[in-house]
Amino acid sequence: MAKSKSAIARMQAYRSQTSLLIAATLSLGLLHSSAHAETPKDVLIEVAEHGPNSLDAMAPAANEFSQMTSWQIYDRLITHGTKTLPDGKVMYDATKIEPELAKSWEVQDGGKTLIFHLREDATFHDGSPVTADDVKWSFDRAVSVGGFPTVQMAAGSLTDPKQFSVVDAHTFKITLPVADKLTLPDLAVPVPYVVNKKLALQHATTDDPWALKWTSLNDAGGGPFKVGSWKSGDRIVFDRFDNWKSGPTPALKRVVLREITSPGTRRALLEKGDVDVSVGLPPKDYAELAAAGKVNVIGTLMQNEQFNVDLNVTMKPFDDKRVRQAIAYALPYDSIMKQALYERGRPLFGADPTTPFPPKWPVASKYNTDLDKAKALLKDAGYADGFKSDLYIDMSQTTVQEPMALLIQEQLKKIGISIEIHKVPGSEWFAKMGSKSMPMDINYFYGWLDYPEYFYFWTYDGKNNSVFNTANYSNPELDKLIEQARFESDPTAYDAIITKMNTIAMDDVPRVPVAHLYSDIAMQKNVKGYVYWFHTHLDLRSISKE
Amino acid sequence: MALSFAKRIATAIPSIIGVVVVTFLLARALPGDAAAYYAGSSATPESIAQIRNALGLDRSLWFQFGDYTSRLLHGDLGTSLSSGQPVFQDLVTRLPVSIELTLCALVFAMLIGLPLGIAAATRPGKAIDHLCRIIVSVGAAFPTFFVALGLVYVFYFRLGIAPEPLGRLNDTYFSIPPTVTGLYLIDTLLAGDIQAFWASLSQLMLPSISLGLFALAPIARIARASMLASLSSDFCRTARAMGLSRARIVYGYGLRNAMLPVVNILGMVFSFLLGANVLVEQVFAWPGIGAYAVNAVITSDYAAVQGFVLMMAILYILLNLVVDLAAAAIDPRVRYDG
Repeated sequence: MAKSKSAIARMQAYRSQTSLLIAATLSLGLLHSSAHAETPKDVLIEVAEHGPNSLDAMAPAANEFSQMTSWQIYDRLITHGTKTLPDGKVMYDATKIEPELAKSWEVQDGGKTLIFHLREDATFHDGSPVTADDVKWSFDRAVSVGGFPTVQMAAGSLTDPKQFSVVDAHTFKITLPVADKLTLPDLAVPVPYVVNKKLALQHATTDDPWALKWTSLNDAGGGPFKVGSWKSGDRIVFDRFDNWKSGPTPALKRVVLREITSPGTRRALLEKGDVDVSVGLPPKDYAELAAAGKVNVIGTLMQNEQFNVDLNVTMKPFDDKRVRQAIAYALPYDSIMKQALYERGRPLFGADPTTPFPPKWPVASKYNTDLDKAKALLKDAGYADGFKSDLYIDMSQTTVQEPMALLIQEQLKKIGISIEIHKVPGSEWFAKMGSKSMPMDINYFYGWLDYPEYFYFWTYDGKNNSVFNTANYSNPELDKLIEQARFESDPTAYDAIITKMNTIAMDDVPRVPVAHLYSDIAMQKNVKGYVYWFHTHLDLRSISKE
Repeated sequence: MALSFAKRIATAIPSIIGVVVVTFLLARALPGDAAAYYAGSSATPESIAQIRNALGLDRSLWFQFGDYTSRLLHGDLGTSLSSGQPVFQDLVTRLPVSIELTLCALVFAMLIGLPLGIAAATRPGKAIDHLCRIIVSVGAAFPTFFVALGLVYVFYFRLGIAPEPLGRLNDTYFSIPPTVTGLYLIDTLLAGDIQAFWASLSQLMLPSISLGLFALAPIARIARASMLASLSSDFCRTARAMGLSRARIVYGYGLRNAMLPVVNILGMVFSFLLGANVLVEQVFAWPGIGAYAVNAVITSDYAAVQGFVLMMAILYILLNLVVDLAAAAIDPRVRYDG
C-alpha cells in the first residue's frame, strides 16, 4: 500500500539528516521495516479497545470479548441463517435456525422435547470425536456454574441438568417443563457451546469441578478457529481449524485481534491500511470515516435496543408521572442526535400521536421537544419553579454520554430544572445500577433474543427488577403482560399484548427513549462477508478478503 | 561496604510492610464493587453474591488481609480479574516492556538534555542558554499523550516514515525473539535477528521521544544548574587562575563535580517516567505496566492494583540503592558508614 511511495522520501530524509543520531537510527530502522508487503489475503488484523480476559465465557469474570472468543472457538448445536436488508446490509436471521454441530433436530411433545442428531464426523481441536456426552456435560455446566451463563440458560427454560440426556453417542435430548419459544434461539447464543469434556475433566479439581480455571486459559473447543496464541492485554491469534465439519471452511487462515486503547490510534491504523478491521470507535469517528469513504463503515441498527434517559420512579420528583412526561417533552432530541450521536442511530421520538404503537420493539415515543408542554406538566405537578436533580453517566461511555448530558443540563435549565452531572467509573457503574440509587441516568440495553417481551423482562419488569431496570419501575399490570407475551402462541393476541405493553411504557415513561443505535464497524474495502449478529461481534466464519 | 548495604536493605523492610498494608487498604477504598462489575451484564443479586463469595470479598477485612499476606509470602500475588492471568506473571511479562521503553526515553532525554544543559551553563545568557530555556519549557509544558498523538499524526499518518503504532514488533513481518531479558533490543540481538532488532528499534522511536521530552526538562535544568554551581566554585576559579585549558576546567573539574546531582535526579526521573508512560503506552499499544495499572484501577482489580503498587515500591527502593551506589562511585565523600 502507501508504503513504497514514501520510501524515497525516507531515503532523502536519511541522507540529509545523518548528522542527527536520532533521525539516522529512526530511518535505518524504517528502511528495514519498509520491506513489508500488504497483509496476506487469508490473514485478518482486527483492532479493538479490549480483548478477552478468558477463553471461556463461562468463567465468572469473563468479559464481552470472552463471549466473542467462545463464539469463534466453540460450536453450538445450532446457529442462524442470514438475511439481506433492503439497504444491502447483511444480518443474521432470527427466524432461520440452521445446523451447526447438530445436523438435524426434532421437536416433539408439543415443543416439550427436543432431540438433536449430532454430526458423526465432528472432532474437537485435539482430534477426539464430539459425542452427546460432551454436549450433556457442557449443558450441565452452563446451568450449574451460576452467574450470567445460568441466567441466560434460564431465559430459554433451561435450568436443571435433569433436563438433558444422552440417547446415544450422537443423539442428545432436552426436555422442558413447558414449551418455550425462546429455547431454540437460546441454544444459538454464546453460552450453550460444546466443550471437550474429557480434556476439560483432566484439569478439574474438587474446588473447580467444571475446570473453569483451565478452560479460561486453554482452548477446549471444536469450533472453526482455535487459539493460536494469546497474550492477555495485548493480542489474541485465532488459527483456522482445518478439520472443522460443522460448516463451510472459513476463508481466513489466521486472525489477529490487537488491543489498542487509544481510539485515535485505532482510527489512524485503519486509515493507513495497516489493519483490516477496527471496532468500538466513537460515533464521531464512524461518521467521519463514513463521510470520507476511504474505508467501509457498516452501521446496522442493533436489534432489540433502546438508548434512553432513565428516571427513577421511586425517587422524588420522578415518582410523579407528570414530571417524567415533562422531561420527555423537554429533552433536546435533535441536538443529541447531531452533537452527541453524530446521527449514528435512528430517532426514537416524535411518533405520530394519533396512531397506536406498533407491536414491535423498539418503538418511537410520541414525545417531541416542546418546552411549553413540559412547563405546563411541571406546573400541574406542583414544580412550577422547577427542582434540582442529579444525572449519572457511565465514564467508559463519556464520548457520547458527556456531550449528551451537557445538552440535557443546558436544556432543562430553561424550565427551571438544575441538573448536576456525575461521571461514574466503569467498575462502579454496575453497582450503581444495581443499587437503583440514581435519580436520572443515561443508559442503553440490547437483547440477544429478538423479542419485545425479552427486552421488557430485563428492563421494565418489577418482579424481575434486574440491574438494567435502573428506573426501578414496577407495574403489576405490565409484569403480567410480559409473562403472558412469553407464552402466547396466537399471533394476533401476541401483537395486541405487545402494543398494550408499549402503550403503558410510553405513557408512564420511566425511561425516555432517545435513539435506536447502530452497531458500527469499520473495515478496509477488500474485507467481505460481514454479518451483523445479535452479540454485535464479528463472526470470523464468514469473513474473507478480496 | 557490605555491612552498609545490608543496613540499607534492612531499613527498606519496614517501608515494604507499610506498602503492603497501605495498598491493601487503598485497594478496598477504591470506588465501586468488583463483584458487581464482574457479574456484568444480566447480573442478578444472586450472581453478584456468588462472585463476591468466589473472590472472598464477603469475608472480614482481617481475614482478607491475612489471606493476602500469607499468599504474598508464597510469592502468590493472586489472579487478575481483568486479564485472567496470575498477577505475578502479568507483572513479570509487562515490566521489561515498560523498562525498555523508559530506558530508551531516558537515554534520549540524556543525549539531548545533558549537552544542552552543560552548553547552557558554559555560556549563560547567550543564545544557547535561551534555546535551552525554550526547549525545557516546551518539553515540560506539553502533556506526553498530546506529544505522542502529534508524533503519530505527523510521522506515521502524514509522512509515513514511522512504523505503525502497533506495539513493540509487528509479528506479521518479524518473528518475536525468544524471551531472555524481555527487552527486545537485547533479545533480538541475542537471537541474531538484525532485521527484528532494527524493526523493534524503529517501533521504540516515537514512544521514547514522546516520553523522553517529558524527562528532558528536569535533566537539562539540573545539569545546567549544577554545572553553573560547579563552574563558579572555588576550585574552578583556582583552576582558571592556574591557566588550565577551558576544556580541562569544564570537563575535568566542572563536569565531574556537576554529575552528582544529575545522577540523583536520574533515579527520580526514571521512576517518574515508569509512572508517566501510562498514556504513551496507550497511544502506541505498548503492552507495558502503565496501561495495565490504569485498567486495574478502573476495573477495581484489587489483586492487580496491589501487585503493581508493591512492585513499584520495591523497584523504587532498589533504584534508590543503585543511585546511592553510583553517587558514592562519583564522589568519595558520599559514604554510607557515616
